[in-house]
This record gives sequence, C-alpha cells and structure tokens, in this order.
Amino acid sequence: MTDDSRAADGFRQGLRDDLRDDSRDSDDIAPGITEAADYSIRSAVWTYSIGFALAVLLTVASFATVKTPLIWGPGIAVMLGVLAVAQMGVHLVFFLHMTSDPDNTNNALALAFGVLIVILVVFGSLWIMGYLYDRVMPPGEMQQHMMQMQR
Amino acid sequence: MSHVDAFTPVYRPGSDPYHLGHGVGETHHPARGHGEGGPALKRVITGYGFWIFLLSDIVMFSAFFAAHAVLQHATAGGPSGRDLFDPMSVALETACLLVSSYTCGMSAVATGARSQLWTQVFLAATGLLGAAFLALEAHDFATMVQAGAGPQRSAFLSSFFALVGCHGLHVTAGLLWLGTMMAQVFVKGFRPNILRRLLCFNLFWHVLDVIWIAIFTMVYLIGEGL
Repeated sequence: MTDDSRAADGFRQGLRDDLRDDSRDSDDIAPGITEAADYSIRSAVWTYSIGFALAVLLTVASFATVKTPLIWGPGIAVMLGVLAVAQMGVHLVFFLHMTSDPDNTNNALALAFGVLIVILVVFGSLWIMGYLYDRVMPPGEMQQHMMQMQR
Repeated sequence: MSHVDAFTPVYRPGSDPYHLGHGVGETHHPARGHGEGGPALKRVITGYGFWIFLLSDIVMFSAFFAAHAVLQHATAGGPSGRDLFDPMSVALETACLLVSSYTCGMSAVATGARSQLWTQVFLAATGLLGAAFLALEAHDFATMVQAGAGPQRSAFLSSFFALVGCHGLHVTAGLLWLGTMMAQVFVKGFRPNILRRLLCFNLFWHVLDVIWIAIFTMVYLIGEGL
C-alpha cells in the first residue's frame, strides 16, 4: 500500500466520520471566517509568520533591555514584564488562535479564570512573604514579645 | 482554536451534512453548542477540554513561579543567578523553542492542506528543535551541578531546578507525544480523531513556549539583574 492510497483511505474514512458526528454549522462562524473547504494555506502561513516576526521582535527587545544602559535600573523589570505579557498575547492570538469567534467564548472565559488564579497565586505569595519578611523580629525580641503576651 | 483552522474536517460542497435535506428553507438555524441547535462540534469540545487541562497545568506552574519569586534572594551565601546563568545559552534555548513553535504552526498548515509529507517534515523539525533545547538545558544543569550549584545548595537553586526542570519534563513529554503523532499520522492518515489529537498537540507545544517566555523573563533576565 503506498502512502498516497493509505492517506486517501484515511481521508475517506474521515469524511464518513465527519458526516456522522461533526456537522457543519453555518450560523456559528465569526465574521470574516471563510468556509472550511476554503482553508487557505497562504493566509494560514501569513498568520503564523506575522506572529513569529512579532515574537522574535519582542524576544530580542527583552534580551536587549537587560544590556542597554538607556533604561533606568528599577524600570528594567517593569519593561521586561510588559514585553513578556505582550509576547504571551502574540502567542495566544497568532499561535493558539484565540479569537472573538462564538466557539471561542468558553476558551476565553477559561483563560480569564486561569489568569485570575495565576495572578492570585504569584502576587499573593509575593505580597504575603514580603509582608512576613518585613515583620520578622530578631529572636530575642520575639521571646520578650511572647512573655508579654502570656502575662 | 478558531472555528475554521487546519484541524477542521473538510466538507465537500453539496454534502449538506447539517440540514440533511429536510428543507429548512428560510427559517433561522439556531447555532450549535449554545443551548439550542444541538451539542457543539466534537473538535470544539475536545479543544476546550484540552485547554482546561493546559490552564490547570499553567496554574500548577504558577505555584513554582511563586516559590521561585519568593526565594530568588535566598541564596544561603551560595552563587546567585548572576554568577550561574550563561546569557548566550539562554538566548539559544529561547531561539530553539520559538522556532519550534513556528515549525509546529507550519505543520498545522500542512495538516490543513492535508499534506502527509510536509506535516511529517515540519513535525520532525519541531522535534529536532525541541531536542536541541533539551540538550542545551541538560548541559546547563550539568555544568551547574558540577560547579556545586545543585538543587541542594540553596532555596534559590531548589526553586530554580524545580521550575525549569518541570518545564524541561514537559518538553520531554511533548517530544514523546510528537513521535507518537508522527507515527499515527503516517499510519492512519488525517482522520478526524487524528486531527483532534494534532490540535491538542499543537496547543500543548505552543503553551510550552508561552511558559518559557515567563521563565526566561522572570528567572533568567530579571534574575540576572539581581
């Protein structure tokens, strides 16, 4: 069996499966999205290439930020954070294809919830541990404090 | 995850799979998966389910990130990030993963065009770049451990190896999955179930790169500046 005939067999089998369980829905397509049969290689390659170019640009900017003397020291971390968030956005849109498509509403809501949890875990930990670090007493003082409390 | 992408099964014109010749005429067809019009497409549900898994994985990573952020200064008199990290190696690793993300996307385009050859070529390129990333990372880890900066040296290094090592394990798992998918695409062709698996693999690989963005920014670039 050649590769081509095997692929063709797989394709025919796939088409039968499609007809059984994956019906097409003409009303559930975001504006600007074309028919599945019109899947355009050119526009798909274009999308990934734009995303890749933007990602490279942002990555190079991140690595350059550390080296450049142009940015005020404490501002570097902020700059890096902004660049990282921007690049994650680029990846979400161009590589993971997050869109405003009705099919994507659930994905976007799940992402929003995930981002909320991530922010709570990371910044919550930093906040609490920073607070404790500032409030830690030297050992001797701690003992005195405990004795006062018991009195 | 958009409605029409490389993983959407192709319908021949005139096959009329949804209306099934029941003469719906001018009436409004309710959209699927929104409480009427029947359940959403299987591909959409699969993508959603896998996306939930990926988000839970990201939440798990966030705990490692939080630990590392808190312990970044806890070097216990040992070496800090500035002494240990090699910016050149980090840049190469970043390049490997970013380009592999692009070739992974190209494999999705080839899948959309139903090209067995180009799908395999781009998946293989993705795998090679992923392996190169892992080799560079393993070399970095070995150098650090030899210099006495293993995970047991300080809390900073424990959290570093936990976080970056966990990402490395994910890349390793991704490579095994990638090999499996290449074999399945070769043997079974582009059936809908194989297309759904490819969709999930693509999501997984791109999310690994998103996590690496956070790692090279927080651990390496900000860590180096400390």
